[in-house]
Amino acid sequence: MKANAVTLTDKEWILPGNRTCPGCALSLAYRHILKALEGQCIVTVPASCATVLHGMYPITAVNVPCVNTPFASTGASATGLVAGLKALGRKGLTVLAFAGDGGTHDIGIQSLSGAAERQMDFIYVCYDNEGYMNTGNQRSGSTPLGAVSGTTPLLGKQQYQKDMTAIMEAHGVPYVATCSASYPLDLYEKVKKARTIEGTRFIHVHTPCPPGWLFPFSDTIKIGELAVETGLVILYEIEDNIFRLTSASESMASKGTPLRPLREYFLQQGRFKTITEEQIDELQEWVNTRWKQCLHRATHA
Amino acid sequence: MAVPRKSNIQIIDGNQAAAIAAKLSRVQVIAAYPITPQTPLTEQLSLFVEDGELKAEYVAVESEHSAMAVCTSASLVGARTFTATSSHGLAYMHEMLHWAAGARLPIVMACVNRAIGAPWNVLNDQQDSISQRDTGWIQIYCRNNQEVMDSVIQAYRIAEQVYVPVMICYDGYILSHTEMPVDVPDQEDVDKYLLPYKPHTILDPANPKNYNLVTLANPRVGVDGKLCHGYMELRYLLQEALQDCPKTIIEAGDEFNRVFGRDYSRLFWEDRNEDAEITIVAMGSLAMEAIVAADMLREQGFNVGVLGLRVFRPFPKADVVRALRKSKLIVVFDKNISYGSEGATCSEIKSALYGTYINAAVRNFIVGLGGRDVKARELVEATKRAIASLKETVINPDYPEWICRI
Repeated sequence: MKANAVTLTDKEWILPGNRTCPGCALSLAYRHILKALEGQCIVTVPASCATVLHGMYPITAVNVPCVNTPFASTGASATGLVAGLKALGRKGLTVLAFAGDGGTHDIGIQSLSGAAERQMDFIYVCYDNEGYMNTGNQRSGSTPLGAVSGTTPLLGKQQYQKDMTAIMEAHGVPYVATCSASYPLDLYEKVKKARTIEGTRFIHVHTPCPPGWLFPFSDTIKIGELAVETGLVILYEIEDNIFRLTSASESMASKGTPLRPLREYFLQQGRFKTITEEQIDELQEWVNTRWKQCLHRATHA
Repeated sequence: MAVPRKSNIQIIDGNQAAAIAAKLSRVQVIAAYPITPQTPLTEQLSLFVEDGELKAEYVAVESEHSAMAVCTSASLVGARTFTATSSHGLAYMHEMLHWAAGARLPIVMACVNRAIGAPWNVLNDQQDSISQRDTGWIQIYCRNNQEVMDSVIQAYRIAEQVYVPVMICYDGYILSHTEMPVDVPDQEDVDKYLLPYKPHTILDPANPKNYNLVTLANPRVGVDGKLCHGYMELRYLLQEALQDCPKTIIEAGDEFNRVFGRDYSRLFWEDRNEDAEITIVAMGSLAMEAIVAADMLREQGFNVGVLGLRVFRPFPKADVVRALRKSKLIVVFDKNISYGSEGATCSEIKSALYGTYINAAVRNFIVGLGGRDVKARELVEATKRAIASLKETVINPDYPEWICRI
C-alpha cells in the first residue's frame, strides 16, 4: 500500500528548529527520505545547505548517524562507509549520500561517477536548488538558462542545465529517479523502493529555494508544483532499464493534460527578471520536446 | 632483551615490503589509485585480496582524493584502512589529509617519495611528503626495505593509540624498486603486536552521532548543559597528540624489538656520532649514503658522524639537540626545498638548536631532486667545502648550496 499523509510514520529524524531558511524545500525532502529509511542509515553529507541544517557542534538537528565530508568527496565517502560496514560484517544499514547540485553536478561528479561505475551499494540523493545557495547563490551546472545569480549577475546564465539523472542512467545503475520536494509522498515511495535495491541508486530531487530563486517563502510547494506542471521537472523512475512516469507527471500523461506555459513559472521568480523572450521561446521548445520524448518513452517501455 | 627467533629472509623491493606489511597488519579496507612509483604496491595488495590471502575490501578508486575519502569514512565506521601514493597523488589528496588528521582517524599510508611537476618527473626526491608537513600526520622516513616493512606495522600500533594518521615515507625507486633482504615477520607475531582497532566514534542509528559538524571558534554548550570544545580547542588537541606521541612511538619501537628482535626505540638513527665534531644530517635512504660518505671522511682524518632522521613529524627537537651537543659543524642534506628559504630538515635542525648552548655552524645542501643521483663522493666534497667555509665565517648562510650544474 502506498503511503499517504495519514499512514506516513509520525516518527521524525529531523528535529524542529534547525537552521534552514523559511520555506526550505531541502528540509522537507530530507525529512521524507529519512522517514522512508526509518532512520536505519548512515548519512554522508558534503559542504552544502544540508551542512547548515545539520547544525553546529555539539548540537545537531538530525537523529541519524552522519558523516560530514569535503565537497568533492561524497561518492567516495559513501564508498568508504559501504566498504567499512562490509569489512566489519555490519548489515542492515543503508548508506545515504545527500548532496546538493554543486556537490553533484560540479565538484562531486568525479567521485560519484567512480562509485557508480564500481556499483557501490548506496543511495545517492542530489537535492537540487539550482545553484550554490549555501554560499549566497552562485551559478552551478544545474542553474537554468536565463537565471540571474551571484556570478551571472546581469545577463543571467547563458547555458542549459546539466541533466545529471541522464548522466547517472548512462552509468547503468539499477535505479534512478527524479523527484520534487513538492511531491513528498512520491519521493517517499521512491526512496522506499530504492532501499530494497542493491547497487548505486540515484535520486534527483527538485528543491525550490525562496531566497535564491526570489519568490515568497510561502510559495515553495506552489513553485515546485508549477515546475512539474510546466514540464520543466518530469517525475519518473528507471528501474532495470524500465522507464515509468510517476505521480503528477504520470497523471498529466494519462489524462493528456497540456503543459502549463513556462512563462508562468518564470514570472513568479525574481531570478528570471532578465530572461529574454527568445530564451523563453527556446526553453519552451526544449521543454515540449523533452516532454514528448518522455511520453514516448513511457508508452514504449 | 631481544628474543631469539627464526628469521624469514626474503629478497624483496620496498613496495612488496609495504604490501606484505599491510597484509600482516590485517588491513580491512584498502583504497588506492595507481601512480608511479607506488603502482606495484597497489597491484600486490589487489592480488592479495583477489586470491583470498587478505580478507579486505579493495576499492579501486578514481582518484587519490577519493582514496583518502574512502579511508576516512571506512575508518570512521571502524575499519583498519590503508592507502599508498606518491607525488601528484599525495598533492591531490591534500584536502583529505587535513580531514583525516582533523577527524583523528588512524589511517596508515605509504608515501613512495617522488618529485612533483611541473615539469614531469617520476623519479625520487622528498618534495611530495615535505609539502604535506603541516597536515597533522605523523611522518616516518625509512632507510631501507626492512624499515619499510617494520614501520608500516608499527604505524598501526602508533596511529590507533594516539588517533593520528601515519605516513610511512620511502624513496621511490631507490627503495620502492630495489630488492634487498628483508626479514618478514610471522603473522602470529604481528597479531600479538597489533591489538584490534577501537574506533573513537561508533556510527550507529541506536546512538546517532553527527561527525565533523560545523564547529565554532569558541567553546559551545551542548543540550545537556556541558561545555564542549570550540574549533581552536580541537586543533590544540591535535597538536598535543603530536607533541605527546614520541613516547608512543618509542614504546611501539621497544615492543617491536621485544617481539621481532629489531630495535626501533629511537626517533632517529646515529652512526658514530657520539663524539663527532662534524655531523651529517640526512633523511630516508640518503642517510645510508651519508654513512658511506662519513666512512670516507673518517679515512681522511675528519671526525664525522651521521644523524639519520626517521620521525620528521613530530620533530624530536630535544633528542636531536642532545645528539648534536658535541657537533661544531652540522651539514644538512635535503632532498626537498622550501622555495625562497632552505631545505625543510635544515630549518628543523636550526629551530631545534635555537636557544640551546650549542652554537654549531649549519650548512645546508640541496641534493637529489627529481632523481638526480647523489654520490657519496659528492657528500664528501660538500662536507669538505662546509669545513673549509668555517675559515671564512661561522655565520650560517641565508640560503642553501645546490649540488647541481648551476
